[in-house]
Amino acid sequence: MTFWRAVGAIVWKDVRAELRTKDIFSSMFVFALLAVIIFDFAFELRVPSMKMVAPGIVWVAITFAGTLGLNRAFVIEQDKGSMAGLLLAPVDRSAIYFGKLLSSLLFMLLVEVILLPLVMILFNLAILSWQQLVVLLLGTYGFAAVGTVFSAMAVNTRAREVLLPLLLFPVVVPVILAGVKMTGALLDGEPFSTLGNWLRLMLVYDVGFTVVAYLTFGYVVEE
Amino acid sequence: MARNDRGLTALTAVAAAGILLAAAFALILAPRAAGLTPNETFAQRIIYFHVPSAWLSMLAFGVTMVGSIGYLASGQRRWDGLALCSAEIGIAFTLAAMASGSVWAKPAWNAWWTWDPRLTTYTVVLLLYISYFMLRDAMDDPARRARFAAVYGIFAFLSVPITFFSIRWWRTIHPVLFDAKNFGLSHGMRPVFFFSLAAFTLLYVILLLHRLRLERSKEAVEGLREQLGY
Repeated sequence: MTFWRAVGAIVWKDVRAELRTKDIFSSMFVFALLAVIIFDFAFELRVPSMKMVAPGIVWVAITFAGTLGLNRAFVIEQDKGSMAGLLLAPVDRSAIYFGKLLSSLLFMLLVEVILLPLVMILFNLAILSWQQLVVLLLGTYGFAAVGTVFSAMAVNTRAREVLLPLLLFPVVVPVILAGVKMTGALLDGEPFSTLGNWLRLMLVYDVGFTVVAYLTFGYVVEE
Repeated sequence: MARNDRGLTALTAVAAAGILLAAAFALILAPRAAGLTPNETFAQRIIYFHVPSAWLSMLAFGVTMVGSIGYLASGQRRWDGLALCSAEIGIAFTLAAMASGSVWAKPAWNAWWTWDPRLTTYTVVLLLYISYFMLRDAMDDPARRARFAAVYGIFAFLSVPITFFSIRWWRTIHPVLFDAKNFGLSHGMRPVFFFSLAAFTLLYVILLLHRLRLERSKEAVEGLREQLGY
Protein backbone atom coordinates (compact mmCIF):
# COMPACT_ATOMS: atom_id res chain seq x y z
CA MET A 1 0.00 0.00 0.00
CA THR A 2 2.82 2.40 0.88
CA PHE A 3 4.27 1.52 -2.53
CA TRP A 4 1.26 2.87 -4.39
CA ARG A 5 1.06 5.87 -2.07
CA ALA A 6 4.65 6.68 -3.09
CA VAL A 7 3.74 6.22 -6.76
CA GLY A 8 0.75 8.51 -6.29
CA ALA A 9 2.90 11.11 -4.57
CA ILE A 10 5.34 11.20 -7.49
CA VAL A 11 2.52 11.49 -10.02
CA TRP A 12 0.92 14.26 -7.98
CA LYS A 13 4.25 16.08 -7.70
CA ASP A 14 4.66 15.97 -11.50
CA VAL A 15 1.08 17.07 -12.10
CA ARG A 16 1.46 20.01 -9.73
CA ALA A 17 4.75 21.08 -11.27
CA GLU A 18 3.12 20.81 -14.68
CA LEU A 19 0.09 22.85 -13.59
CA ARG A 20 2.42 25.67 -12.63
CA THR A 21 4.62 25.75 -15.72
CA LYS A 22 2.58 23.90 -18.37
CA ASP A 23 5.91 23.33 -20.10
CA ILE A 24 5.58 19.70 -21.02
CA PHE A 25 1.96 19.70 -22.05
CA SER A 26 2.13 22.84 -24.17
CA SER A 27 5.29 21.82 -26.03
CA MET A 28 3.99 18.28 -26.63
CA PHE A 29 0.63 19.47 -27.83
CA VAL A 30 1.94 22.19 -30.15
CA PHE A 31 4.50 19.78 -31.52
CA ALA A 32 1.87 17.11 -32.22
CA LEU A 33 -0.34 19.67 -33.92
CA LEU A 34 2.56 20.91 -36.05
CA ALA A 35 3.41 17.34 -37.02
CA VAL A 36 -0.18 16.75 -38.15
CA ILE A 37 -0.22 19.96 -40.18
CA ILE A 38 3.15 19.27 -41.79
CA PHE A 39 1.97 15.80 -42.75
CA ASP A 40 -1.11 17.39 -44.26
CA PHE A 41 1.10 19.62 -46.43
CA ALA A 42 3.27 16.67 -47.32
CA PHE A 43 0.44 14.35 -48.36
CA GLU A 44 -2.36 16.62 -49.54
CA LEU A 45 -3.21 16.18 -53.23
CA ARG A 46 -0.80 13.27 -53.52
CA VAL A 47 -3.00 10.71 -51.83
CA PRO A 48 -6.58 10.04 -52.96
CA SER A 49 -8.00 10.42 -49.48
CA MET A 50 -6.60 11.58 -46.15
CA LYS A 51 -8.41 8.63 -44.61
CA MET A 52 -5.69 6.39 -46.03
CA VAL A 53 -2.85 8.15 -44.25
CA ALA A 54 -4.59 9.56 -41.17
CA PRO A 55 -3.80 6.55 -38.89
CA GLY A 56 -0.11 6.88 -39.70
CA ILE A 57 -0.19 10.63 -39.17
CA VAL A 58 -1.86 10.31 -35.79
CA TRP A 59 0.58 7.68 -34.56
CA VAL A 60 3.69 9.42 -35.83
CA ALA A 61 2.53 12.67 -34.21
CA ILE A 62 1.96 10.81 -30.93
CA THR A 63 5.34 9.10 -31.16
CA PHE A 64 7.23 12.33 -31.76
CA ALA A 65 5.33 14.34 -29.18
CA GLY A 66 5.61 11.49 -26.69
CA THR A 67 9.38 11.39 -27.12
CA LEU A 68 9.48 15.09 -26.31
CA GLY A 69 7.44 14.57 -23.15
CA LEU A 70 9.42 11.53 -21.99
CA ASN A 71 12.65 13.45 -22.32
CA ARG A 72 11.36 16.24 -20.13
CA ALA A 73 10.28 13.76 -17.45
CA PHE A 74 13.87 13.11 -16.39
CA VAL A 75 15.59 16.23 -17.68
CA ILE A 76 13.68 18.39 -15.19
CA GLU A 77 14.67 16.08 -12.33
CA GLN A 78 18.28 16.11 -13.43
CA ASP A 79 18.56 19.86 -13.99
CA LYS A 80 17.07 20.84 -10.66
CA GLY A 81 18.96 18.13 -8.82
CA SER A 82 15.72 16.64 -7.54
CA MET A 83 16.60 13.17 -8.86
CA ALA A 84 18.89 12.69 -5.88
CA GLY A 85 15.96 13.59 -3.62
CA LEU A 86 13.76 11.00 -5.27
CA LEU A 87 16.46 8.36 -4.94
CA LEU A 88 16.93 9.13 -1.26
CA ALA A 89 13.24 8.59 -0.55
CA PRO A 90 12.75 5.42 1.50
CA VAL A 91 10.69 3.62 -1.16
CA ASP A 92 11.41 0.96 -3.70
CA ARG A 93 13.13 2.29 -6.82
CA SER A 94 10.36 0.88 -8.97
CA ALA A 95 7.96 3.34 -7.31
CA ILE A 96 9.91 6.09 -9.10
CA TYR A 97 9.50 4.15 -12.33
CA PHE A 98 5.75 3.75 -12.01
CA GLY A 99 5.31 7.33 -10.84
CA LYS A 100 7.22 8.72 -13.81
CA LEU A 101 5.49 6.29 -16.18
CA LEU A 102 2.02 7.27 -15.00
CA SER A 103 2.67 11.01 -15.15
CA SER A 104 4.15 10.74 -18.67
CA LEU A 105 1.21 8.58 -19.69
CA LEU A 106 -1.21 11.11 -18.26
CA PHE A 107 0.33 14.01 -20.19
CA MET A 108 0.43 12.00 -23.42
CA LEU A 109 -3.19 10.90 -23.08
CA LEU A 110 -4.23 14.48 -22.46
CA VAL A 111 -2.51 15.54 -25.68
CA GLU A 112 -4.23 12.72 -27.57
CA VAL A 113 -7.67 13.53 -26.21
CA ILE A 114 -7.36 17.05 -27.60
CA LEU A 115 -5.55 16.06 -30.78
CA LEU A 116 -8.14 13.51 -31.88
CA PRO A 117 -11.07 15.94 -32.23
CA LEU A 118 -8.78 18.28 -34.15
CA VAL A 119 -7.87 15.49 -36.55
CA MET A 120 -11.57 14.77 -36.90
CA ILE A 121 -12.24 18.39 -37.84
CA LEU A 122 -9.17 18.95 -40.04
CA PHE A 123 -9.50 15.74 -42.06
CA ASN A 124 -13.26 15.29 -41.77
CA LEU A 125 -12.88 11.79 -40.33
CA ALA A 126 -15.02 9.89 -37.84
CA ILE A 127 -12.02 9.06 -35.67
CA LEU A 128 -13.64 9.68 -32.28
CA SER A 129 -14.91 6.53 -30.63
CA TRP A 130 -14.33 4.62 -27.42
CA GLN A 131 -12.61 1.86 -29.39
CA GLN A 132 -10.06 4.32 -30.72
CA LEU A 133 -9.46 5.54 -27.21
CA VAL A 134 -8.83 1.99 -25.97
CA VAL A 135 -6.32 1.45 -28.76
CA LEU A 136 -4.63 4.76 -28.01
CA LEU A 137 -4.49 4.00 -24.30
CA LEU A 138 -2.89 0.57 -24.80
CA GLY A 139 -0.42 1.83 -27.40
CA THR A 140 0.55 4.90 -25.43
CA TYR A 141 1.03 2.80 -22.32
CA GLY A 142 3.47 0.45 -24.10
CA PHE A 143 5.32 3.42 -25.56
CA ALA A 144 5.63 5.15 -22.18
CA ALA A 145 6.48 1.93 -20.30
CA VAL A 146 9.58 1.37 -22.43
CA GLY A 147 10.27 5.07 -22.95
CA THR A 148 10.45 5.86 -19.23
CA VAL A 149 13.36 3.43 -18.75
CA PHE A 150 15.21 4.69 -21.82
CA SER A 151 14.59 8.32 -20.88
CA ALA A 152 16.20 7.72 -17.47
CA MET A 153 19.19 6.25 -19.32
CA ALA A 154 19.40 8.94 -22.01
CA VAL A 155 19.63 11.88 -19.59
CA ASN A 156 22.68 10.27 -18.00
CA THR A 157 24.62 10.10 -21.26
CA ARG A 158 26.71 12.70 -23.02
CA ALA A 159 24.21 12.99 -25.87
CA ARG A 160 21.31 13.52 -23.43
CA GLU A 161 17.91 14.00 -25.09
CA VAL A 162 19.23 13.25 -28.58
CA LEU A 163 19.68 9.61 -27.68
CA LEU A 164 16.13 8.81 -26.56
CA PRO A 165 14.49 8.48 -30.00
CA LEU A 166 17.40 6.37 -31.24
CA LEU A 167 16.98 3.96 -28.35
CA LEU A 168 13.21 4.01 -28.29
CA PHE A 169 12.00 3.83 -31.90
CA PRO A 170 13.41 0.44 -32.88
CA VAL A 171 12.01 -1.12 -29.71
CA VAL A 172 8.50 0.36 -30.08
CA VAL A 173 8.03 -0.72 -33.72
CA PRO A 174 5.45 -3.38 -32.73
CA VAL A 175 3.35 -0.89 -30.77
CA ILE A 176 3.30 1.62 -33.61
CA LEU A 177 2.50 -1.04 -36.19
CA ALA A 178 -0.32 -2.45 -34.10
CA GLY A 179 -1.62 1.04 -33.35
CA VAL A 180 -1.62 2.16 -36.97
CA LYS A 181 -3.24 -1.09 -38.02
CA MET A 182 -6.03 -0.90 -35.43
CA THR A 183 -6.72 2.80 -35.87
CA GLY A 184 -6.94 2.19 -39.63
CA ALA A 185 -9.24 -0.80 -39.26
CA LEU A 186 -11.56 1.13 -36.95
CA LEU A 187 -11.59 4.06 -39.39
CA ASP A 188 -12.60 1.65 -42.16
CA GLY A 189 -15.55 0.65 -40.01
CA GLU A 190 -14.37 -2.80 -39.04
CA PRO A 191 -15.82 -4.07 -35.74
CA PHE A 192 -13.68 -4.10 -32.64
CA SER A 193 -13.90 -7.88 -32.39
CA THR A 194 -11.80 -8.36 -35.56
CA LEU A 195 -8.77 -6.75 -33.91
CA GLY A 196 -8.16 -9.65 -31.53
CA ASN A 197 -4.65 -10.51 -32.75
CA TRP A 198 -3.40 -6.96 -32.65
CA LEU A 199 -4.93 -6.28 -29.27
CA ARG A 200 -3.33 -9.40 -27.88
CA LEU A 201 0.02 -8.41 -29.34
CA MET A 202 -0.22 -5.00 -27.73
CA LEU A 203 -1.23 -6.50 -24.39
CA VAL A 204 1.67 -8.96 -24.51
CA TYR A 205 4.00 -6.07 -25.27
CA ASP A 206 2.58 -3.86 -22.52
CA VAL A 207 2.61 -6.53 -19.82
CA GLY A 208 5.93 -8.08 -20.89
CA PHE A 209 7.88 -4.86 -21.01
CA THR A 210 6.32 -3.54 -17.81
CA VAL A 211 7.75 -6.59 -16.07
CA VAL A 212 11.17 -6.17 -17.72
CA ALA A 213 11.18 -2.46 -16.87
CA TYR A 214 10.16 -3.21 -13.28
CA LEU A 215 13.07 -5.63 -12.96
CA THR A 216 15.70 -3.44 -14.61
CA PHE A 217 14.80 0.14 -13.61
CA GLY A 218 16.74 -0.12 -10.35
CA TYR A 219 19.96 -0.65 -12.32
CA VAL A 220 19.29 2.43 -14.42
CA VAL A 221 18.98 4.92 -11.55
CA GLU A 222 21.62 3.28 -9.37
CA GLU A 223 24.39 5.73 -8.50
CA MET B 1 48.20 -18.08 -21.03
CA ALA B 2 50.65 -19.53 -23.57
CA ARG B 3 48.85 -22.88 -23.66
CA ASN B 4 45.55 -21.09 -24.10
CA ASP B 5 47.01 -19.15 -26.99
CA ARG B 6 48.22 -22.30 -28.68
CA GLY B 7 44.79 -23.86 -28.29
CA LEU B 8 43.19 -20.76 -29.76
CA THR B 9 45.58 -20.76 -32.72
CA ALA B 10 44.81 -24.41 -33.42
CA LEU B 11 41.06 -23.78 -33.22
CA THR B 12 41.43 -20.78 -35.51
CA ALA B 13 43.17 -22.96 -38.09
CA VAL B 14 40.38 -25.54 -37.82
CA ALA B 15 37.76 -22.81 -38.27
CA ALA B 16 39.55 -21.38 -41.31
CA ALA B 17 39.81 -24.83 -42.88
CA GLY B 18 36.14 -25.43 -42.09
CA ILE B 19 35.05 -22.23 -43.84
CA LEU B 20 37.21 -22.98 -46.91
CA LEU B 21 35.83 -26.51 -47.08
CA ALA B 22 32.28 -25.24 -46.63
CA ALA B 23 32.80 -22.81 -49.51
CA ALA B 24 34.24 -25.55 -51.71
CA PHE B 25 31.42 -27.97 -50.83
CA ALA B 26 28.78 -25.32 -51.41
CA LEU B 27 30.15 -24.32 -54.81
CA ILE B 28 31.20 -27.74 -56.14
CA LEU B 29 29.79 -30.64 -54.18
CA ALA B 30 26.25 -29.46 -53.56
CA PRO B 31 23.81 -30.59 -56.26
CA ARG B 32 22.13 -28.08 -58.50
CA ALA B 33 18.72 -26.89 -57.49
CA ALA B 34 16.04 -28.25 -59.80
CA GLY B 35 13.55 -26.21 -61.76
CA LEU B 36 15.26 -22.82 -61.66
CA THR B 37 16.68 -20.56 -64.34
CA PRO B 38 20.50 -20.69 -64.67
CA ASN B 39 20.96 -17.44 -62.81
CA GLU B 40 18.71 -18.56 -59.99
CA THR B 41 20.54 -21.88 -59.80
CA PHE B 42 23.84 -20.15 -59.20
CA ALA B 43 22.34 -17.70 -56.78
CA GLN B 44 20.66 -20.53 -54.86
CA ARG B 45 24.08 -21.67 -53.60
CA ILE B 46 24.12 -18.60 -51.43
CA ILE B 47 21.87 -20.46 -49.03
CA TYR B 48 24.95 -22.21 -47.61
CA PHE B 49 26.30 -18.84 -46.44
CA HIS B 50 23.17 -16.79 -46.03
CA VAL B 51 21.24 -19.01 -43.63
CA PRO B 52 24.22 -19.68 -41.32
CA SER B 53 24.97 -15.93 -41.19
CA ALA B 54 21.38 -15.12 -40.31
CA TRP B 55 21.24 -17.85 -37.67
CA LEU B 56 24.53 -16.73 -36.13
CA SER B 57 23.50 -13.10 -35.94
CA MET B 58 20.52 -14.17 -33.84
CA LEU B 59 22.70 -16.49 -31.74
CA ALA B 60 25.17 -13.63 -31.23
CA PHE B 61 22.47 -11.21 -30.08
CA GLY B 62 21.08 -13.93 -27.82
CA VAL B 63 24.53 -14.31 -26.26
CA THR B 64 24.55 -10.52 -25.81
CA MET B 65 21.35 -10.81 -23.80
CA VAL B 66 22.82 -13.65 -21.72
CA GLY B 67 25.89 -11.51 -21.07
CA SER B 68 23.65 -8.58 -20.15
CA ILE B 69 21.65 -10.61 -17.65
CA GLY B 70 24.89 -12.06 -16.30
CA TYR B 71 26.28 -8.58 -15.77
CA LEU B 72 23.21 -7.26 -14.00
CA ALA B 73 23.07 -10.35 -11.80
CA SER B 74 26.77 -10.52 -10.90
CA GLY B 75 28.22 -7.07 -11.59
CA GLN B 76 31.33 -8.65 -13.08
CA ARG B 77 32.85 -6.83 -16.03
CA ARG B 78 33.64 -9.94 -18.03
CA TRP B 79 29.91 -10.46 -18.61
CA ASP B 80 29.71 -6.98 -20.09
CA GLY B 81 32.70 -7.81 -22.27
CA LEU B 82 30.91 -10.91 -23.52
CA ALA B 83 27.79 -8.89 -24.35
CA LEU B 84 29.79 -6.23 -26.19
CA CYS B 85 31.95 -8.65 -28.19
CA SER B 86 29.03 -10.81 -29.20
CA ALA B 87 26.98 -7.81 -30.31
CA GLU B 88 29.80 -6.62 -32.56
CA ILE B 89 30.04 -10.02 -34.23
CA GLY B 90 26.25 -10.11 -34.46
CA ILE B 91 26.23 -6.88 -36.45
CA ALA B 92 28.88 -8.29 -38.80
CA PHE B 93 26.81 -11.42 -39.43
CA THR B 94 23.62 -9.37 -39.83
CA LEU B 95 25.29 -7.34 -42.56
CA ALA B 96 26.65 -10.52 -44.15
CA ALA B 97 23.17 -12.06 -44.17
CA MET B 98 21.63 -8.92 -45.64
CA ALA B 99 24.28 -8.57 -48.33
CA SER B 100 24.16 -12.23 -49.37
CA GLY B 101 20.37 -12.18 -49.30
CA SER B 102 20.38 -9.17 -51.58
CA VAL B 103 22.62 -10.94 -54.08
CA TRP B 104 20.20 -13.85 -54.13
CA ALA B 105 17.10 -11.69 -54.27
CA LYS B 106 18.10 -9.88 -57.46
CA PRO B 107 17.82 -12.96 -59.74
CA ALA B 108 15.11 -14.66 -57.64
CA TRP B 109 12.71 -11.75 -57.02
CA ASN B 110 14.15 -9.31 -59.55
CA ALA B 111 14.80 -6.78 -56.78
CA TRP B 112 17.64 -6.22 -54.36
CA TRP B 113 15.24 -5.51 -51.59
CA THR B 114 11.58 -5.99 -50.70
CA TRP B 115 9.69 -5.06 -47.55
CA ASP B 116 8.99 -8.65 -46.72
CA PRO B 117 8.46 -9.46 -43.00
CA ARG B 118 11.83 -11.10 -42.51
CA LEU B 119 13.75 -8.35 -44.25
CA THR B 120 11.86 -5.66 -42.39
CA THR B 121 12.45 -7.38 -39.05
CA TYR B 122 16.11 -7.66 -39.91
CA THR B 123 16.32 -3.96 -40.63
CA VAL B 124 14.79 -3.21 -37.24
CA VAL B 125 17.24 -5.63 -35.60
CA LEU B 126 20.17 -3.90 -37.28
CA LEU B 127 18.87 -0.52 -36.06
CA LEU B 128 18.43 -1.91 -32.53
CA TYR B 129 22.05 -2.91 -32.28
CA ILE B 130 23.33 0.24 -33.95
CA SER B 131 21.47 2.08 -31.16
CA TYR B 132 23.07 -0.31 -28.67
CA PHE B 133 26.49 0.91 -29.75
CA MET B 134 25.38 4.55 -29.87
CA LEU B 135 24.31 4.16 -26.24
CA ARG B 136 27.63 2.60 -25.26
CA ASP B 137 29.58 5.32 -27.01
CA ALA B 138 27.65 8.11 -25.28
CA MET B 139 29.03 7.29 -21.82
CA ASP B 140 32.48 7.52 -20.27
CA ASP B 141 31.97 5.84 -16.92
CA PRO B 142 32.58 2.11 -17.53
CA ALA B 143 30.29 0.89 -14.75
CA ARG B 144 27.37 3.00 -15.94
CA ARG B 145 28.04 2.06 -19.54
CA ALA B 146 27.95 -1.61 -18.66
CA ARG B 147 24.72 -1.23 -16.67
CA PHE B 148 22.84 0.77 -19.30
CA ALA B 149 24.07 -1.39 -22.15
CA ALA B 150 22.95 -4.48 -20.25
CA VAL B 151 19.45 -3.07 -19.73
CA TYR B 152 19.21 -2.11 -23.39
CA GLY B 153 20.60 -5.47 -24.52
CA ILE B 154 17.74 -7.21 -22.70
CA PHE B 155 15.01 -4.90 -24.07
CA ALA B 156 16.41 -5.12 -27.59
CA PHE B 157 16.54 -8.90 -27.80
CA LEU B 158 13.12 -9.41 -26.20
CA SER B 159 11.53 -7.03 -28.69
CA VAL B 160 12.77 -9.01 -31.71
CA PRO B 161 10.14 -11.80 -31.69
CA ILE B 162 7.30 -9.33 -31.05
CA THR B 163 8.53 -7.17 -33.91
CA PHE B 164 8.70 -10.20 -36.18
CA PHE B 165 5.13 -11.26 -35.48
CA SER B 166 3.78 -7.75 -35.76
CA ILE B 167 5.43 -7.25 -39.13
CA ARG B 168 4.23 -10.61 -40.38
CA TRP B 169 0.61 -9.81 -39.52
CA TRP B 170 1.03 -6.32 -40.86
CA ARG B 171 1.76 -7.74 -44.28
CA THR B 172 -0.92 -10.40 -44.36
CA ILE B 173 -3.29 -8.36 -46.54
CA HIS B 174 -0.75 -8.64 -49.35
CA PRO B 175 -0.48 -11.85 -51.32
CA VAL B 176 2.40 -14.03 -50.24
CA LEU B 177 4.92 -13.58 -53.02
CA PHE B 178 7.13 -16.44 -52.03
CA ASP B 179 7.72 -18.84 -49.25
CA ALA B 180 11.21 -19.81 -48.25
CA LYS B 181 9.93 -23.25 -47.24
CA ASN B 182 8.76 -23.80 -50.80
CA PHE B 183 12.00 -25.23 -52.03
CA GLY B 184 13.19 -27.22 -49.09
CA LEU B 185 16.64 -28.72 -49.37
CA SER B 186 17.05 -31.92 -51.37
CA HIS B 187 18.94 -34.87 -49.87
CA GLY B 188 22.22 -34.01 -51.60
CA MET B 189 22.11 -30.48 -50.25
CA ARG B 190 21.54 -31.31 -46.62
CA PRO B 191 25.02 -32.55 -45.62
CA VAL B 192 26.64 -29.54 -47.28
CA PHE B 193 24.20 -27.21 -45.58
CA PHE B 194 24.75 -28.65 -42.14
CA PHE B 195 28.51 -28.75 -42.63
CA SER B 196 28.41 -25.08 -43.56
CA LEU B 197 26.24 -24.30 -40.55
CA ALA B 198 28.72 -26.05 -38.25
CA ALA B 199 31.71 -24.30 -39.88
CA PHE B 200 30.07 -20.90 -39.46
CA THR B 201 29.14 -21.59 -35.86
CA LEU B 202 32.76 -22.53 -35.16
CA LEU B 203 33.79 -19.31 -36.89
CA TYR B 204 31.52 -17.37 -34.56
CA VAL B 205 32.98 -19.04 -31.49
CA ILE B 206 36.53 -18.33 -32.69
CA LEU B 207 35.77 -14.71 -33.50
CA LEU B 208 34.19 -14.33 -30.08
CA LEU B 209 37.21 -15.86 -28.33
CA HIS B 210 39.60 -13.59 -30.23
CA ARG B 211 37.47 -10.55 -29.55
CA LEU B 212 37.22 -11.40 -25.84
CA ARG B 213 40.98 -11.78 -25.69
CA LEU B 214 41.34 -8.35 -27.28
CA GLU B 215 38.93 -6.89 -24.73
CA ARG B 216 40.92 -8.42 -21.88
CA SER B 217 44.16 -6.97 -23.27
CA LYS B 218 42.47 -3.59 -23.58
CA GLU B 219 41.43 -3.70 -19.95
CA ALA B 220 44.92 -4.80 -18.92
CA VAL B 221 46.42 -1.86 -20.83
CA GLU B 222 43.97 0.53 -19.16
CA GLY B 223 44.91 -0.87 -15.77
CA LEU B 224 48.63 -0.49 -16.47
CA ARG B 225 48.10 3.04 -17.69
CA GLU B 226 46.34 3.97 -14.50
CA GLN B 227 49.17 2.46 -12.45
CA LEU B 228 51.73 4.45 -14.41
CA GLY B 229 49.66 7.58 -14.09
CA TYR B 230 49.14 8.35 -17.77
